[in-house]
Amino acid sequence: MIDKTRTHAEDAIAAIPEGATIMIGGFGECGRPDMLLHLLLESGRHNLTIVSNNAGEGRKGLAALLLARRIGRMICSFPRGAMAKEVEMLVREGSLTLEVMPQGTLAERMRAAAAGIPAFYCPTGVGTMLADGRETRMFNGRPCLLETALTADVALIKAHRADRWGNLTYDRMARNFSPLMCGAATRVIAEADEIVPLGGIVPEQVATQGVFVETVVRSRPVPAELWERALA
Amino acid sequence: MTPLDKTGIARRAARDLRDGWAVNLGIGVPELVANHVPDGVEIILHSENGILGMGPQATGDLVDPAMINAGKKPITALPGASIFDHATSFGLVRSGRLDLCLLGAYQVAANGDLANWSRSFDDPLPAIGGAMDLAAGARRVRVLMQHQQGGAPRLLERCSYPLTCPGRVERVYTDLAVIDVIDCRFVVREMIPGLGLDELAARTGAPLDPAVDLCALA
Repeated sequence: MIDKTRTHAEDAIAAIPEGATIMIGGFGECGRPDMLLHLLLESGRHNLTIVSNNAGEGRKGLAALLLARRIGRMICSFPRGAMAKEVEMLVREGSLTLEVMPQGTLAERMRAAAAGIPAFYCPTGVGTMLADGRETRMFNGRPCLLETALTADVALIKAHRADRWGNLTYDRMARNFSPLMCGAATRVIAEADEIVPLGGIVPEQVATQGVFVETVVRSRPVPAELWERALA
Repeated sequence: MTPLDKTGIARRAARDLRDGWAVNLGIGVPELVANHVPDGVEIILHSENGILGMGPQATGDLVDPAMINAGKKPITALPGASIFDHATSFGLVRSGRLDLCLLGAYQVAANGDLANWSRSFDDPLPAIGGAMDLAAGARRVRVLMQHQQGGAPRLLERCSYPLTCPGRVERVYTDLAVIDVIDCRFVVREMIPGLGLDELAARTGAPLDPAVDLCALA
């Protein structure tokens, strides 16, 4: 029998090695896997490479990992916002490296990995400083940049519904990067608002197919004091 | 002369919307355009974090953490809306499904170059977001901005800031004028009443050509 559901996510998080590359679902707080991020913070892993659109905000989620100096490198598109000051400080002191790219290129590089496409040509960024020194080719009279698939060791995902096969749905705009990350990462750990029996998700409404997912746990909120304790 | 306020700039840009267009409104002044869509014009608003058919910003009981726009503000969805992942969202941008993208800018050049993501080539905190995808992919790229920043012109012969995208801006709406980019020249379509072309030129960092049908901006 296939059963990817677990009572706790601790074992799956403990299997993440030091220095791992981890994709974090969500756009801002929308679709962010807070319970898994809290477990990752508690696990004490360092020197992580994080793939996420944003750098987070406040003292929760991704921001907490940054404040605790667990992240050595961030692959992202928009690391400004509420955490701008802290991120800039970490970059200036040399403990954090940023790899910044257009948001659509970030998404498409994940989609390519999910689709088994090692590289592709993309018109975004041509004629900007991002194109300096990059391989460029003309297609239909338009210059395009060579982009490579973006993979990761692990993806941490916030789903709405999940079943024991690992099929996932997302709560409206919490979908954002998550299905792409599920396809791009070697291992996927998903926390879900609800775990439903097989058949509890209408087949055509499955947003991420279970073959992309290794572990499913029930999501629970992380109170502010737990984040503070982890940061203390 | 009375320069337009932000609402005035947004209202003017909204007058150029056409029925049936799919439109992306950038963060800031472009967002205000949604409040001034002309009667009889139905547009489909796109937000790059994954929605077509975005409705007005949500307030009160309608605020829902699972419904936000690219600026992370709470939004509503109209009947007919669809929600999708980021690859689909930027795929429809790159494949030319957006009829119009209205963006803010730091600088626009007479050759249509746009600079709106960074003020430095060695920015310790570069942040691009969806600006490059939208500027490179939308069928029409138009800019809403203040004509000057701290007394310095923002319409220039060449951008001095890092480019977001070369050669795609076709029209600029400022607090003083509506200016088209035609054959690597700025062509003034409309100016606020009481402002002369010389005075506008003094606030602009590139030559200005008056349109044959130059008229008042109101």
